[in-house]
Amino acid sequence: MNAACKTLGRQINIMEVCGTHTVSIFRNGIRSTLPERIKLLSGPGCPVCVTDQSYIDIVLQLADRDDCLIATYGDMIRVPGNGGSLETKQSSVNVKIVLSSEDALQLAKDNPDKTIVFVAVGFETTAPATAVAVQEAETKSIDNFCILSGHKLVVPAMAALLSGKNHNIDAFLCPGHVSVIIGFGAFAEIVEDFGRPCVVAGFEPMQIIEGLGEICRQLSTGKAELKSIYTAVVTEQGNTTAQKIIAECFEPADGYWRGLGKIEKSTLKLKDKYSRFDALRRFNITETPAEEEKGCRCGEVLCGLIEPPECKLFGKSCTPETPVGPCMVSSEGACAAWFKYGRERKHR
Amino acid sequence: MCLAIPARIVELEKDNAVVDAMGNRWRAKTTLLPEAKLGDLVLIHAGFAISLVDEEEAKKTWQLIAEIIDFEETPNKVSG
Repeated sequence: MNAACKTLGRQINIMEVCGTHTVSIFRNGIRSTLPERIKLLSGPGCPVCVTDQSYIDIVLQLADRDDCLIATYGDMIRVPGNGGSLETKQSSVNVKIVLSSEDALQLAKDNPDKTIVFVAVGFETTAPATAVAVQEAETKSIDNFCILSGHKLVVPAMAALLSGKNHNIDAFLCPGHVSVIIGFGAFAEIVEDFGRPCVVAGFEPMQIIEGLGEICRQLSTGKAELKSIYTAVVTEQGNTTAQKIIAECFEPADGYWRGLGKIEKSTLKLKDKYSRFDALRRFNITETPAEEEKGCRCGEVLCGLIEPPECKLFGKSCTPETPVGPCMVSSEGACAAWFKYGRERKHR
Repeated sequence: MCLAIPARIVELEKDNAVVDAMGNRWRAKTTLLPEAKLGDLVLIHAGFAISLVDEEEAKKTWQLIAEIIDFEETPNKVSG
């Protein structure tokens, strides 16, 4: 790492694109072990954090309907939106926390008089689980089930960052379990088109440090490469069964990200064949970009442009107990991790 | 949200499994990992097995999960 710092003679910015990496980096004090000139940026890797405000507002709007039950992963219930969060809404009786898309489908079977709206967020790790549930709903004609697809694709977001919002990212520490699905080969375009090293690492501290070491080795030689050091579970091709199921159900569509705005072909939309399970279509809703909370700088945090303490709300009106933005809500969010572990440390 | 948990398949009928991790048991599907067999260690994400995993790797991840639970249960708790 020192060699890379010496060769480049400037600050090196490495972005991790996975909320679990963010937590592990803080939990293990990895920042404090690195040379001064290596700066770690927490990128758009937490599904709750990158979900656009308009999506949250649609979920809240549907939660007010007596004919709906909202089935959501627990991570989403505290995200503030227009008129509260899923947790604080008077209609919270209409909100059920599920651990999987299969649980949401079961809710549909158990509540034939309600329409179950599955809050389908997450990257390529959760998308195949949603796809399986949609296919099962189709096969078994479970018509009171639908999904609000907020699924997002990691690689287009990385490319969008480099093409616009943040040119200063020198390399990516790529997500471990997303890569189990998409394979480390999926990051080839970032290496080839942008010349940035992409290294997939697992979540334990030695994996992260080895990953950062590999990135620095590449930077010091001036040659960007594609590499996985998480060989226990990540292959170049990934889980092709899961990829096939995603491709059967969904197609890439342009979509909105918090902080990054609209990104071409970066979200997953149900194919026409399954459109009757699309909540937007079923309830005739048009997604329009919503304004984010005033003063909240989650968007800039997600692009690696500022560190959480640079936001005026951080640690004051915005804390894990009273979060203003999603990066403070999610335990995998950069702001929550900084609040917990970063405040007393010297900022890097 | 993208952290998958290693668990052992202790029951399996078609693609419906019961898995065990650190003494906790729950239902999971093997639809995305058709090669999974009874007794295999697999990574479970959002109720689905997504990959086979070896014993050593599973132990490392269980350790990490215990640390993250510790992270979340200390004061200033963040749910989610």
